[in-house]
Amino acid sequence: MADTTILEKDLHGAHAHGEHGHDDHDHHGDRYQSAFIDNYMFSMDHKTIAKQFLITGMFWAIIGAAMSIIFRLQLGFPGADMSWLQPLLGGWINIDPATGTGTLSQEFYYALVTMHGTIIVFFVLTAGLSGTFSNLLIPLQIGARDMASPLMNMLSYWFFFLSGLVMFISLFLNTGPFSGGWTAYPPLSELPQASDGSKAGATMWIMSLVLFVVSVLLGGINYITTVLNMRTKGMSMFRLPLTIWAFLVTAIIGLLSFPVLASGFFMVMLDRTLGTSFFLNEIYIADTALTERVGGSAILYQHLFWFLGHPEVYIIILPAMGIVSEVLATHARKPIFGYKAMVFSILAIAFLSFIVWAHHMFMTGMNPFISNIFVIFTLIIAVPSAVKVFNWIATVWGGAVRFNSAMLFSLGFVSMFISGGLTGIFLGNAAIDIQQHDTYFVVAHFHIVMGVAAFFGMYAGVYHWFPRMYGRFMNEFLGKLHFWGTMIGAYCVFGPMHYLGMAGVPRRYYSFETFNAFSEFDAMNQFITIAAIITFFFQILFVVNFFYSIYKGKKQTEMNPWEATTLEWTAPIHAGHGNWEGAIPHVHRWPYDLSRYEDREFIPQTEPLKEGEKDGGH
Amino acid sequence: MATSTVKKIHPKKFALWIGLTSIVMFFAAFTSAYIVRKSQGDWADFALPAEFFYSTAAILGSSILLHASYKAFASEKLALFKTFLVSGFVLGLAFVVLQYQGWLSLNEVEIFIHTNQHSSFIFMITGFHVAHVLGGIAALLFAMVYAFLPRYQATTPRRLLRLEIIFTYWHFVDVLWIYLFIFFMVQQ
Ligand code: HEM
Ligand SMILES: [Cu+2]
Repeated sequence: MADTTILEKDLHGAHAHGEHGHDDHDHHGDRYQSAFIDNYMFSMDHKTIAKQFLITGMFWAIIGAAMSIIFRLQLGFPGADMSWLQPLLGGWINIDPATGTGTLSQEFYYALVTMHGTIIVFFVLTAGLSGTFSNLLIPLQIGARDMASPLMNMLSYWFFFLSGLVMFISLFLNTGPFSGGWTAYPPLSELPQASDGSKAGATMWIMSLVLFVVSVLLGGINYITTVLNMRTKGMSMFRLPLTIWAFLVTAIIGLLSFPVLASGFFMVMLDRTLGTSFFLNEIYIADTALTERVGGSAILYQHLFWFLGHPEVYIIILPAMGIVSEVLATHARKPIFGYKAMVFSILAIAFLSFIVWAHHMFMTGMNPFISNIFVIFTLIIAVPSAVKVFNWIATVWGGAVRFNSAMLFSLGFVSMFISGGLTGIFLGNAAIDIQQHDTYFVVAHFHIVMGVAAFFGMYAGVYHWFPRMYGRFMNEFLGKLHFWGTMIGAYCVFGPMHYLGMAGVPRRYYSFETFNAFSEFDAMNQFITIAAIITFFFQILFVVNFFYSIYKGKKQTEMNPWEATTLEWTAPIHAGHGNWEGAIPHVHRWPYDLSRYEDREFIPQTEPLKEGEKDGGH
Repeated sequence: MATSTVKKIHPKKFALWIGLTSIVMFFAAFTSAYIVRKSQGDWADFALPAEFFYSTAAILGSSILLHASYKAFASEKLALFKTFLVSGFVLGLAFVVLQYQGWLSLNEVEIFIHTNQHSSFIFMITGFHVAHVLGGIAALLFAMVYAFLPRYQATTPRRLLRLEIIFTYWHFVDVLWIYLFIFFMVQQ
């Protein structure tokens, strides 16, 4: 079987036969040399799969962001003529026959908000971020020829692709895509008569996400198995770069929480198809009581959803944290500050992320004593988060910082994570959340701490590892322009939302025209929309830079252009399937020997410790 | 040697265990939802069908037989291996049939999946479990094809590993059922 070939070659090459019986038909050691050409599409090379995840993620990012621009237009300029969008949106723009003005259909507004959230959270920041970098970096940084099961890895991508395909098709449904919010609360996700989006759109949304869960599970099983079993000689757990720690823990969280989400979806499907009422009770729809659908509890769905939902936000942010740790250390030319503290705070965050989910449900009529417990756990998360922030700052402090695009985005990440984390502490207090829940304050909080921060982590990773992927560099000037545009733009978009939220402006409203109370925010909403449009164009700049650089970027000439210590830079520039031409390098030290020695600026992990030298990090 | 690439547990077996963990999380979610919903009251009680007791015996028996078949294969007693394998498979099929009969006898007393919250949970959880058992049946079929094809008649480490992985999964769905069965009994 192809998926053992790589592992076996490694074992035969580097070591004697292991004791765990391999067998007869596993001696096609050179086959993967040519796999690059035959199998570009259904490739099993983790590096190719990483690129597939990245580019698919970019495709979805553009769609998701464009959707947000459309609904921001509605929020910033309600009543403005949108007939120019009709060629794109067709029937979703209602044209008033008398005046000829086009308005965005209200139903479609909700569909846009829902799709935006779903696409960005799952397709871009889960698959596009963790899928890309786990695939690219796990084998390369731990010293393995590929994943434990390249076949499952490939399937993981194709399930993601299929999931995206289903979602994409749902955009073109007659009744429109699902419109009940990215959290898919019942009854909107269950009763077709509740809204247009609750018809076929909801069915396809659920199908798509079930496929997505399969993809995450297949990927996660692989990442965990690979990290725990296939590290090269000498790569002990405490010699792993923080990226790998982050990917490992991310995969573990995903494996424990996504099935719970899927079980919730499964119950929704039964409610939709077999007439059960797990989440329905005495519902009135359009003045008719659904008398036969009783006994269920919609709150139960929220518990199942947020048991994934909260860990999910860490599934998104942990890989970004890992990437940022790596990039900050490498470009500040300093060892990461408090390596073990970083590892333990990743573990602490992961553990705590499972016992705070009800902070999304303070307003569901939960017993206040139970709220209190969740408040306490929620606020405790701030501790490991603060440890990480402190360590990042201490890492950069006094370093010989190279202010390149990757570094700038990593610094931007730290800034965003602080700003967004602080507002989390407000929301985490049940008493304050009574006021803030379902307002723009929450929108500001999670976009800054998760949306923007995770995007920054992803950008840092792309700029940093672009040479590793394509053997070329991205354009630095465009990269810096991209950074400053995004950094300033993002704060302009989400900063004012805090004020909107504190003033009580609710999220997910189509328009505030009917409430005089909010008319004073019209100018602010316009400002936000304009800032969002400008920021969007800075992201297009990134896309252009990305594709331009694949073909025309400055060629990578040295194997280790950033003078990094980690293993991925010891493989040849255009490494084939299997990564290293000769034997896999062995590891002798931790990954952060930067500026620690008088005579050497940095020492790669492959260099043996000197006589009597103590390994860093321990 | 702790850090060498030569592993103590085969990566595929390890991957299987991780995959099983995620299945455990599915059922943990279902059974916790059951507890939460039941604690909210308005819960119609009914007895589990007798077939579920027989099916429990069937799947336990199949696990024991398959374990014996593994032992026989490991010690290269191929005839014994095949006998145990086939009889374990038959008991496995019997489990699925008995579960189905159990559903039918619930239907006979007018209990359907949408009758009440309790019945929804019972049908859903047992149904989801049977789906996993069917996966196990497919894996056993695969094992039997290998067992009877003339090409694969000798015991090799790779075949032993393959068998171990399939049987581990089978024992897992067995233990999972025992857990669910005890869970339902305790909740009565
Ligand atoms: C100091 C740490 C944090 C605390 C105390 C915190 C607290 C909260 C609370 C209480 C809410 C619910 C607000 C409401 O709906 O009324 C919330 C919403 C949210 N948080 Fe955080 N948070 C923290 C960090 C994060 C991080 C790191 C992320 C992601 C990377 C994140 C992502 C989100 C998201 C996505 C939502 C909104 C989900 C929705 O309703 O659509 N938070 N946060
Ligand atoms: Cu949360």
